Amino acid sequence: MQNSILISTNNLTKRFPMGEDAVVALDQVNLQFRKGEFAGLVGPSGSGKTTLLNIIGSLDVPSEGEVLVLGEAIEKIGHKAAARLRNRHIGFIFQTFNLLPVYTAFENVEFPLLLQRIPESQRKKAVWESLEWVGLTDKAKSRPSQLSGGQSQRVAIARAMVKRPSIMLADEPTANLDAQNSHNILQIMERLNRELQTTFIFSTHDEKVIQYLRRKITLDDGRVASDETFTTERAGS
Amino acid sequence: MIIFQLALRNLIRAGLRTWLNVFVLSLAFVAIILMQGVNQGIIEQASRSMIDSELGGGQYWHANYDPFDPLTLEDAHAPLPPELQRLIAEGKATAVLVSQGTIYPGGRMMPVLLKGIDPRQQILDLPTAELANHAGTIPVLLGSRMAESTGLKVGDPLTIRWRDAHGTFDARDALVVQIMNTSVQTVDQGQVWLPLDTLRRMAAMPGEATLITLAKNTSPPANFHDWDFKDLNFLLRDVREIVRFRKIAAGILNTILLFLALVAIFDTQILSVFRRRKEIGTLIALGMTRSGVIRLFTLEGGLHGILAVVVGAIYGIPLLGYLASTGIPLPQSSEGFGMAIGLVLYPVYGPALVLGSLLLVLLTVTVVSYLPTRQIANLKPTEALRGRVL
Repeated sequence: MQNSILISTNNLTKRFPMGEDAVVALDQVNLQFRKGEFAGLVGPSGSGKTTLLNIIGSLDVPSEGEVLVLGEAIEKIGHKAAARLRNRHIGFIFQTFNLLPVYTAFENVEFPLLLQRIPESQRKKAVWESLEWVGLTDKAKSRPSQLSGGQSQRVAIARAMVKRPSIMLADEPTANLDAQNSHNILQIMERLNRELQTTFIFSTHDEKVIQYLRRKITLDDGRVASDETFTTERAGS
Repeated sequence: MIIFQLALRNLIRAGLRTWLNVFVLSLAFVAIILMQGVNQGIIEQASRSMIDSELGGGQYWHANYDPFDPLTLEDAHAPLPPELQRLIAEGKATAVLVSQGTIYPGGRMMPVLLKGIDPRQQILDLPTAELANHAGTIPVLLGSRMAESTGLKVGDPLTIRWRDAHGTFDARDALVVQIMNTSVQTVDQGQVWLPLDTLRRMAAMPGEATLITLAKNTSPPANFHDWDFKDLNFLLRDVREIVRFRKIAAGILNTILLFLALVAIFDTQILSVFRRRKEIGTLIALGMTRSGVIRLFTLEGGLHGILAVVVGAIYGIPLLGYLASTGIPLPQSSEGFGMAIGLVLYPVYGPALVLGSLLLVLLTVTVVSYLPTRQIANLKPTEALRGRVL
């Protein structure tokens, strides 16, 4: 199970219409991600990193090719099945945190479990555990507007991990954080990856993040330019 | 249930914006109920007054009688059929003889309807007993409007001129013995009440009448030759017609009120979908279906209606209850807007009225809340997550 393939893309191509033409965001991408990976999609803006994350997260569909995520063919998946896949198996961490503004930190973390209709006692236990993971139990009643950027991103991580997803997709998670907060966040994510065997896939061009990666996939103009796996100890290890 | 909890939470936490919308909507809700209650009150009050003072349980009209054409009065009288005489004797009906006449208050000439009624009658709520026991003079009963327009007071003499059944004109002095306060203009304005036997003698119409009013809840025996029974549906048709037009006018006003409130909700929903597009993207990313998001936003809008009902109930029940018990004073000059409703109008709110208004508000709010959310169905979550316009 340790090395089982969770995600595979086969000749994945994504085109976006642009007037009468189309921009190719991803071009014949073939990748596989295994359980427990801590991988990053690296490349300049417009290289296709976020597009690939969105497709893996079933927020978008490929124009051509096949994408299998936990056995679900993303190119064929319906709205409801995609929603279920995201709700149960995929956690998202966004650059701008995307916390629900009218909810407290606790309620934000609780939200995915509400959608899963988890009983209240289990739900509360899971939420407190997640907040403990990110060290924010004292901020449970705070609204996003009362949290700093680093705290907000930690709440976002707690929200993503509370349902114990198989896959965590993090789109530029440190872009709005200072160096100290970035390292804190990355260490939390690395610990999650190590202890829960959650597969992490980052989209980043932040060197601080890249230092932590055990696999670095470089994208250039929508193509995989390189795919390196590091066996030596990395920054956070 | 989860969607409901989330919607309620979102709505409450939206703060002042929510409560402003809710308050405006509750105003429309309370105003709709009040206006409909006023209309219902007019119908009930006017009907009750007219039944009590004029119509009783229905009337037999002489076949030639047309209340809107005084010229018909000359031929609109006849002796009473025995069955109706029996009802009168049993106290279940009273006869009224109507004749044209002229009075001369303050030296002016004024055409009037002379109405003869039995002073002992108990059928109509008129102080006719005051007409009894005035030997040697013709006692006259006037309504307050008539007294005001003629300047007559109790104890004033009054010259009456009339033409009898043979076409002979005669005139005599009468005495005003009572001024009655009544909200029913059709027993007041332009009318002079006097004892039935006196008018019969004056008009040379012994034992005759123009109309017979039945006591309430008395079944009409039959139709007789020259006498047509007019039930309350017929006799109150003018009131109902006036109220029908008032309801149309009130309906237009209600529609405008509700429209303004709904525009506020619609505007809020449009703004919500626009401003919260990033949140919509996040909800989808967290695993909510698009239909779930649409339901959530629609419910948020629809809950405005439910909260408006609650808020409306908080201040509306005491307000509407107070108005129903103490009534709404009407200006003297309004004269009950031409209907027998007196100077105080008591609104009436039935359960059907309240429930109907409630359903109307909730249904329209839900529809208006749903319409702007339809664009969520076409949204790309990736675009929404970036906060781009849908």
